[in-house]
Amino acid sequence: MSQLASITLMQNDDARPVIDSIIADNPGVKILTMPGAIKLDCEGKITVNRASVEERLGRPWNLQELHLVLISMAGNLDEDDDYFTLSWRH
Amino acid sequence: MSGTKKLGLRQRYEHMTRGLDWETTYQPMDKVFPYDQFEGIKIKDWSAWEDPFRLTMDAYWKFQAEKERKLYAVLDSFAQNNGQTGISDARYANVLKLFLTGVSPLEYAAHRGFAFTGRHLRGSGTRVACQMQSIDELRHVQTQIHTISHFNKYFDGLSEFPHMHDRVWYLSVPKSFFDDARTAGPFEFMIAVGFSFEYVLTNLLFVPFMSGAAYNGDMSTVTFGFSAQSDESRHMTLGIEVIKFLLEQHPDNLPIVQKWVDKWFWRGHRLLGIVAMMMDYMLPKKVMSWKEAWDIYFTEAGGALFQDLARYGLKMPKGAEIATAEAEHISHQNWCTFYQYTHAAPFHTWMPDNEHLDWLSEKYPNTFDKYYRPRWEQWAKMDKEGKRFYNGALVQLCQTCQIPMVYTEPGDPNTICFRETQHGGQRYHFCSDGCKDIFDNEPEKYIQAWMPVQQIFQGNCGGPTVPDVLNWYNLKFGVDNMDYAGSPDEALWNEWHADKVKAAS
Repeated sequence: MSQLASITLMQNDDARPVIDSIIADNPGVKILTMPGAIKLDCEGKITVNRASVEERLGRPWNLQELHLVLISMAGNLDEDDDYFTLSWRH
Repeated sequence: MSGTKKLGLRQRYEHMTRGLDWETTYQPMDKVFPYDQFEGIKIKDWSAWEDPFRLTMDAYWKFQAEKERKLYAVLDSFAQNNGQTGISDARYANVLKLFLTGVSPLEYAAHRGFAFTGRHLRGSGTRVACQMQSIDELRHVQTQIHTISHFNKYFDGLSEFPHMHDRVWYLSVPKSFFDDARTAGPFEFMIAVGFSFEYVLTNLLFVPFMSGAAYNGDMSTVTFGFSAQSDESRHMTLGIEVIKFLLEQHPDNLPIVQKWVDKWFWRGHRLLGIVAMMMDYMLPKKVMSWKEAWDIYFTEAGGALFQDLARYGLKMPKGAEIATAEAEHISHQNWCTFYQYTHAAPFHTWMPDNEHLDWLSEKYPNTFDKYYRPRWEQWAKMDKEGKRFYNGALVQLCQTCQIPMVYTEPGDPNTICFRETQHGGQRYHFCSDGCKDIFDNEPEKYIQAWMPVQQIFQGNCGGPTVPDVLNWYNLKFGVDNMDYAGSPDEALWNEWHADKVKAAS
């Protein structure tokens, strides 16, 4: 059975570089657009990479800034200075 | 960060939380933490708990302050720009009435519940996470009251929300849900609210429904909704970590945890029936149907979760299949109830127009045309003939969920589901096997429930007649209740729009 790792973000200017970097870094990501929100799903695992967001944002970005645009998520969380991963793999 | 000697996130978290717990010496630990053993949960090593968010208190305050600044900027501009005149339709305001009377007081209950639980669990990691969640929940109730207070200047049915939460018949459903959780032990509370409610079910309320607020032009509500939900991601993580922690600590914990998961999934499913109705019937512009939301957030997301937890031997909650089958009925059966009892509820009701009926037919191909559309068309016809249908009888309530006994038998939508149990020489009634099982496991708890209808009959609710009881609710007849058509809300909305048309011509 399918096990989607998932992250839902606000659809606003602060979240846009995060959304773009997730789409770029997670091949096969599925996108569900809702008014005001976007849900990104990936089989098994989905990651936000700090470097990838910084590249799009053009400034240093603290991964915990993610809290400001995060709406929901699914998967076991592993967070470090450089990545934020939700996964069903062990 | 490279090139500096700054500590990494993991080390920072370790340093900031190190030494937050200690062995007490003035009093034995078991006296300091008197509630964490009677439930039978066995913990070998509290230090095995880890919070994957690794959010330290200083970072917590920083991010929460930033969230508040953003939220209050939106609330301020919504008020300044008379945002209430730009919502899709004044019918929309009725979801706010249900939200403020039914949901916001639960945020406060959750605040108290997590404060208590954080105090009474002996692990420092859980204590820190519970403390943050307790403060979050207080923030949620405050921001919701602030946001909706603006609508209270214009729309009826909002001003008496705390009074109504304690008294109105159907509001005992959400109130008793949290009373039940908060009077359980701290581990059950964590499974009830942290895991079953936050992880498995709250997405259904805060994601598609809040997206609906955005779609209906209410930018203040969507902003508090998503602002609250950003905390919710942390709460969901606490919920999933707590269940993994309990299951890893001792094999004896599994049957206890499974029983709680079964119970609280069913309690939560019953509670969220009101959100089903808000999404399918009360949002003038619709984002998705309740059934679609259920498929995404329970069948798909819950499926992935329970597949993961199967490695500990945990099974899907008992009742999951029945709840999924009910997702095609529950919004219709709830709206049907409120339509009949519109005189006794402080929000407005209506029969769906043709476009809305067609949307429901499309979204519910297996059930709507067969079981519900004919009833709605008949009631609309009766209303047109001046014979609007009201139900004058007081309802029989389920002793566990306190919802009127309006739900149908699994697999037979033409028969009302009744279950009963004899206990201590009394007969108790239930809406489902799920609610009966919960009672049968803890009858001494549920026989004490404050049942609104029984309380009316016992003379504890202002008097024997409907006007007496509504008066005791502080419900203004003909203002707060009855159909939207003919309400002061409708008159105000029409006045605003007449002004807009006048201004444009």
